Amino acid sequence: MKKERINVSRREFLIHTGLTGTGFALGLSLPPNNKAFAAETSATTPEINAWVVIEPDDTVIIRIARSEMGQGTLTGLAQLVAEELECDWSKVTTQYPTPGQSLARDRVWGAFATGGSRGIRTSHDYVRKGGAVAREMLIQAAAYAWDVSADDCSADNSVITHNPSGRTTTYGKVATAAAKLEPPSDVMLKDPKDWKIAGKPVARLDTVDKVTGKQVYGADLQLPGMLNAAIKACPVFGGTVTSFDSKAISNRPGVRKVVQVGDDAVAVVADTWWRAKTALDALPIEWAEGPNAKLDSAAIDKMLTEGLSSANDVFIGNQAGDAKAALKRAAKTVEATYSYPYQAHACMEPMNATARWTKQRCEVWCPTQNGESALQDTAKAAGLPAEQCEVYKLHLGGGFGRRSIHDYITQAVTIAKQLPDTPVKLLWSREEDIQHDHYHPVTKCRLVGGLDESGNLTGLHARISGHSIFAVRAPGMVQRWDGADMITFQGFVEDDMLGGDHSIGYSFPNLLVEHAMRNPPVPPGAWRAVNAHQNAIYLECFIDELARAAGKDPLEFRQKLMTKHPKNLAVLNAVAEKVGWGKPAPDGVHRGLAVFKSFASYTAACAEVSVDRGKVKIHRIVAATDPGHAVNPQQIEAQVEGSIVYGLSALLYGEITVKNGRVEQGNFDSYPMMLIPEMPKVEVILMPSGGFWGGVGEPTTVIAAPAVLNAIYAATGRRIRTVPLKNSDLKIT
Amino acid sequence: MSKLKINGAIVDIPVENDTPLLWVLREQLGLTGSKYGCGIGQCGACMVLIDGEAVPSCMVSVDSLNANDDIVTIEGLSEDGSHPLQQAFVELDTPQCGYCIPGMIMSAAALLSRNPNPDDAVIDAGIPNICRCGTYARVRQGIKRAAQIMQQEKA
Repeated sequence: MKKERINVSRREFLIHTGLTGTGFALGLSLPPNNKAFAAETSATTPEINAWVVIEPDDTVIIRIARSEMGQGTLTGLAQLVAEELECDWSKVTTQYPTPGQSLARDRVWGAFATGGSRGIRTSHDYVRKGGAVAREMLIQAAAYAWDVSADDCSADNSVITHNPSGRTTTYGKVATAAAKLEPPSDVMLKDPKDWKIAGKPVARLDTVDKVTGKQVYGADLQLPGMLNAAIKACPVFGGTVTSFDSKAISNRPGVRKVVQVGDDAVAVVADTWWRAKTALDALPIEWAEGPNAKLDSAAIDKMLTEGLSSANDVFIGNQAGDAKAALKRAAKTVEATYSYPYQAHACMEPMNATARWTKQRCEVWCPTQNGESALQDTAKAAGLPAEQCEVYKLHLGGGFGRRSIHDYITQAVTIAKQLPDTPVKLLWSREEDIQHDHYHPVTKCRLVGGLDESGNLTGLHARISGHSIFAVRAPGMVQRWDGADMITFQGFVEDDMLGGDHSIGYSFPNLLVEHAMRNPPVPPGAWRAVNAHQNAIYLECFIDELARAAGKDPLEFRQKLMTKHPKNLAVLNAVAEKVGWGKPAPDGVHRGLAVFKSFASYTAACAEVSVDRGKVKIHRIVAATDPGHAVNPQQIEAQVEGSIVYGLSALLYGEITVKNGRVEQGNFDSYPMMLIPEMPKVEVILMPSGGFWGGVGEPTTVIAAPAVLNAIYAATGRRIRTVPLKNSDLKIT
Repeated sequence: MSKLKINGAIVDIPVENDTPLLWVLREQLGLTGSKYGCGIGQCGACMVLIDGEAVPSCMVSVDSLNANDDIVTIEGLSEDGSHPLQQAFVELDTPQCGYCIPGMIMSAAALLSRNPNPDDAVIDAGIPNICRCGTYARVRQGIKRAAQIMQQEKA
């Protein structure tokens, strides 16, 4: 897609000056008593409202509460504010408000949480209003200055015009006066068909520093007088520290302190991280390994297998008709069991946080997906009221769900508390990052489908068995669902459940979907697309199995079940048409389909795969998404491409296993990732149908893997029901 | 104390001899564009050029280097972010989270100096870097676009 880039050199200039000008740059020269931005900006430039500051030189600062972790939300939200503000996009820069400011101002920026592909879809309304209100105040200020009616004035591209006289002024000139006005109580939002900045493929606002190495991530932060900490937690889940011999390393260069962190970890604090890390490696530590010392993947698998047929702790996610009776009556039944392993997030930037603690105040600098809960977690660890704490967010070097859980912040504050008034940066090693993740849950799924004599599907019974994320991470929600974790059923439920975000796209005459909750003592967490990921494999590969058993074309078999789900059907048909389904593929190439709805977006994929003497090559993925409204088409394409890599990397290589209570993998040699040679050609069909706001970061993560598995079946006649592919006898090329 | 030549300047390095170059760059010199991703030479986030070759700086100890080795980091690749790869990656909005991108660019810079017009197979063989955001498609496009820009700049 062709992109619109407006005045690159101006943009670059603003990215640098815009940030430093407000004292909000978190660079190498951060002042020792970094204040919240509002105090600093208000000295010279008052805000129009919480969302918008306009400098005298017409620079537009848009405040973004959600976190930028690569998904483009920062730019997308700025586009929405700018659209209503009617400002000059080339003069826009952004700023993170702090969670402490949010607390002090009664959550004026709404939620900070950045997960579940919600960054834009749950805040578009109030951020656009923020822009519209600011626009009205700027126009009113000009009208007062000219002594004319605001109704006779209009704004465009940061210029206000008095239409009868043709007089003009700029936002920068009236901003100070506008800031003193009462905001209008009611504003109209534009119809998306009239958008000029939103909806357009504008360039990201955060690119330039990322190609020059100037972007400061949490891992890069330097504060004056800062010390560095390396940490090791008990390798066994649930284990604790028994003892450690600080004296053994106290003479090593740079080492300042060895501290216990909570009951399960030890940290070495030194002048540099490398010295801290090497000293930690040499530190003798005794662990009490606790009750999970013998846990292994085989035992977990056995626990899940029991759940496939057990009547205990079973919850129903969807039910129509009588699936069991339909299966008994069926002319033919098909049964299959699928398995999905634990996955680590493996953000490229390992977990880290920098903390400074005194008896009166605790400050944390960190990458987080949720600034507000980071502040609460900081306060809890600091033993201080949240009002005496502050969190400064930095752009994330990857999030994928991992940075919604703040164990690394708790640790950093716990360490800093033992070195009062000294900033300490905690950085995890990659091994610590892989071995102390909150893992994509492990589940299995047994599916039974019934067909009549004509090959029509008469009933489907899916029994999921395995880990519930919410039982561990959000027990309150599970309580509200009477003990069930409905998130386990993503993609299997009806429109009246989970806000309709994850509804099934088929109408089955008889359906039963169950979850036997089995929670091994391994910490689970949300991982890009959460449970939609494995559920898409279960449902979409099994539908393919049923189509084949019925002797039907997998596209037609699906289409017949989707007549009541036109948006799901539309994305499926779009990929089928683009790929030329039903027409011959290139020599040796075979195709597979998948269609799924998650995070309120409709997605489908067709994979083209060849298998030559056991060597699998993924040539092409055609992927369609209907996210309702599309705020930045070129960034949506980037998210489709990237999320497909995340899903394929898991399909090809991703697996965390447990032995003796600990994770067996430790780094990218034992937990490998998909690399550039395995990258297929990805063709994106972006088909926003309007009228709703769907997610973008996660939904297309889930469609590539089932499409590829179905294509491998088409190529070989073999069903692969256990991933990753590296464990099969197929070789990935 | 070792002497190293980094981005054209000779600098004194007051650390233990076995310290990896990556941590010298990051912690002694404040050159944090080279990222820590794995520490075992697997991910490429710390790639630098040493005499024109892309090398994971986490795997090179300072005592294995001498002051004649020409070490270039992302900060020294161009004065003003105008290296053809930087131009191309901006033009295509290649980075997502961006953490892997400096290393990715350094691998690509070495590749382009060996092969000014790389095809897919050359890129596949020459870029060992991990990107968890999955920017591989735009990295590939970016390298090809940079090759074009280099040819235009020569012409």
